[in-house]
Amino acid sequence: MKTDIILAGVGGQGILSIAAVLGSAAITNNLYMKQAETHGMSQRGGDVQSHARLSDRPVYSDLIARGTADIILSVEPMEALRYLPYLKEDGYVVTSSAPLVNVPDYPPLEALREALEALPRRVIVDAEALAREAAGNARASNVVMLGAASPFIEIPFEYLERGVIAIFERKGDGVTDMNLKALRAGRQFAREHAG
Amino acid sequence: MQKQLLLGVEAVARGAIDAGISGVYAYPGTPSTEITEYIQESRVAIARGIHRQWSANEKTAMESALGMSYAGKRALVCMKHVGMNVAADCFMNAAVTGINGGMVVVAADDPSMHSSQNEQDSRVYGKFALVPVLEPADQQEAYDMTRHAFDLSEQWGLPVLLRVTTRMAHSRAGVTTAPPNDENALHYPEDRRQFVLLPVNARERYRSLLGKQPDIARESDASPCNRYTDGEDRSLGIVACGIAYNYLMEVFDGRPPHPVVKVSRYPLPRKMIERLAAECDRLLVLEEGYPVVEELLRGYLAKEPVAGRLDGTLPRDGELDADRVAAALGIPRRATTMDVPGIVVARPPALCAGCSHRDVYRALNEVMTAYPGGRVFSDIGCYTLGALPPFQSIDTTVDMGASITMAKGAADAGLSPAVCVIGDSTFAHSGMTGLLDCVTEGTPVTIIISDNESVSMTGGQDSAAAGRVEAICRGIGVEEAHLRVLHPVPRNHDELCRVIRDEIEYPGVSVIVPRRPCIQKASRDKKKQQRTP
Repeated sequence: MKTDIILAGVGGQGILSIAAVLGSAAITNNLYMKQAETHGMSQRGGDVQSHARLSDRPVYSDLIARGTADIILSVEPMEALRYLPYLKEDGYVVTSSAPLVNVPDYPPLEALREALEALPRRVIVDAEALAREAAGNARASNVVMLGAASPFIEIPFEYLERGVIAIFERKGDGVTDMNLKALRAGRQFAREHAG
Repeated sequence: MQKQLLLGVEAVARGAIDAGISGVYAYPGTPSTEITEYIQESRVAIARGIHRQWSANEKTAMESALGMSYAGKRALVCMKHVGMNVAADCFMNAAVTGINGGMVVVAADDPSMHSSQNEQDSRVYGKFALVPVLEPADQQEAYDMTRHAFDLSEQWGLPVLLRVTTRMAHSRAGVTTAPPNDENALHYPEDRRQFVLLPVNARERYRSLLGKQPDIARESDASPCNRYTDGEDRSLGIVACGIAYNYLMEVFDGRPPHPVVKVSRYPLPRKMIERLAAECDRLLVLEEGYPVVEELLRGYLAKEPVAGRLDGTLPRDGELDADRVAAALGIPRRATTMDVPGIVVARPPALCAGCSHRDVYRALNEVMTAYPGGRVFSDIGCYTLGALPPFQSIDTTVDMGASITMAKGAADAGLSPAVCVIGDSTFAHSGMTGLLDCVTEGTPVTIIISDNESVSMTGGQDSAAAGRVEAICRGIGVEEAHLRVLHPVPRNHDELCRVIRDEIEYPGVSVIVPRRPCIQKASRDKKKQQRTP
């Protein structure tokens, strides 16, 4: 198996928590993983990306080549579009629908929605609403997004559940349960709404 | 043993701890910062009492590490690539003195300038100082080679340079570690003249350094860091350095058809390269950063067809990736099926909402409208973002501390008013001596030390000047009447404007210190406090 994921968002949105769960899921199950992050200047509200590569064979490059990503997993809708050249032909875009508007020329929301819905394979999630509804806390929205991408990640779902537990257990049972619920809700949503 | 998921730089840190270091010395800088942070949090390092405080700048860090080495213990010193420029005086001379306890210098290069002012290649420094250079390709090698570098350092009696680049530094992968070594015992240099670089001693030491070179170079051919892999298709031979090796392996799915020399230790393994050149029709050099190896192989007079970054086979600047390496090999890649839609706009980084630098720039912009001949000289830090919209307040950013000194030179030339904006940590790093120059001559400059009590761009490390900015300025000789401390919040906007205007009008050295803690750091500290009741 091999799944190459572009994680996308805006500095400060915490995409690295998604990467941490993936990393834990990979490493405790003896999979190979490379995950390149963006640190430094761009963390100040700029566009950020992380390349996460999971495989049962050694992973060489830290970066994903263009046209080969299996999934673009974005926590911000415009950022999902920025990395389309990386997506393989039958790859999936999984994105949050909530715009983060911190630039004056942010595109009209209607145009953004149209561009996303025109994608052949995409899951568009109101992650905050789903996190509130399923987990009782909007802060679990990033884990909702991971759940929404999970049907397209070629590892058993239990690995991701255990990854969530490993990453959040030091914050207490309440936080862990909340994030497990968020993960499952995201997965359920994607299964029902993948288009 | 189960693998741990570590950033490349964390693997370096762990390797150093397990090599038995007694201290790390560093100034924060992307992409090197997490080395020291990992050691600061490490249970082993805490239990052993390993030195792990930040240094004021890279030069003080390098010198302290050399001092620890003098006393017989192993020391790690780390910095981003441009930090090597600051520390170069000590680095060059440490090759001449040699070391006592093992000393490893980590330079984290930033090709493509993700968070830097240039993309200089630190391997050039290794060659310049005549010391061995290691360049790990992946995170496991980063761990293994850091440990190995300390042994190598003590074997040759020289500092060893470990070069990493952003992509490996800031990428995680599984790393297998081994039990840590004990620390070295305190033991002094046998020869008291070793570290006294009087010309009479330095000449002798330098000859000793030169004398080691042939053997160091020969050892590169036997080193496990370098590897010759044969291949059937000898129309091309490939030299792949550091992380570039990964891209080569990616392109050929782990089985390149051509002979390959993987280079992770310099000087180059000469025999391997000669064999490659003899057996193959052409050579291609894959290296991140400058065409250091390519230039060496090509030479001015050489006849061998060598391709790489100099002849345009690969781009001369920017970091490599599998796509660029594939193109250089003439291998078609999977086409991208979708372009970026036109509605996607750039999202540049910006100062955080509520950041104190915003209040400073808002006031400064208002005041400067009255001074069309004035310019604002600035420096390295979050406040460099003041160059971008919406503020566009600053006219220069060159190197750590250059704001004050460039303002001085411009004022000497007659530019007026010469204003500068520098952060508290950059001031401690390299601004103080420039301020001394200004005070010595009574130069008319208005220096704003925008003090957020933190090294913020790199993640909120403690500033060496924390709580001491005014005392430092007084000590350097700034007049009390022109040392103005302010609280930069929106409601104090008018006062901030008034003070900046008053001090611009004063024809001597003024220092204005708008002080308010970094909001990112404040919120992190609050969370930390909540976790530890």
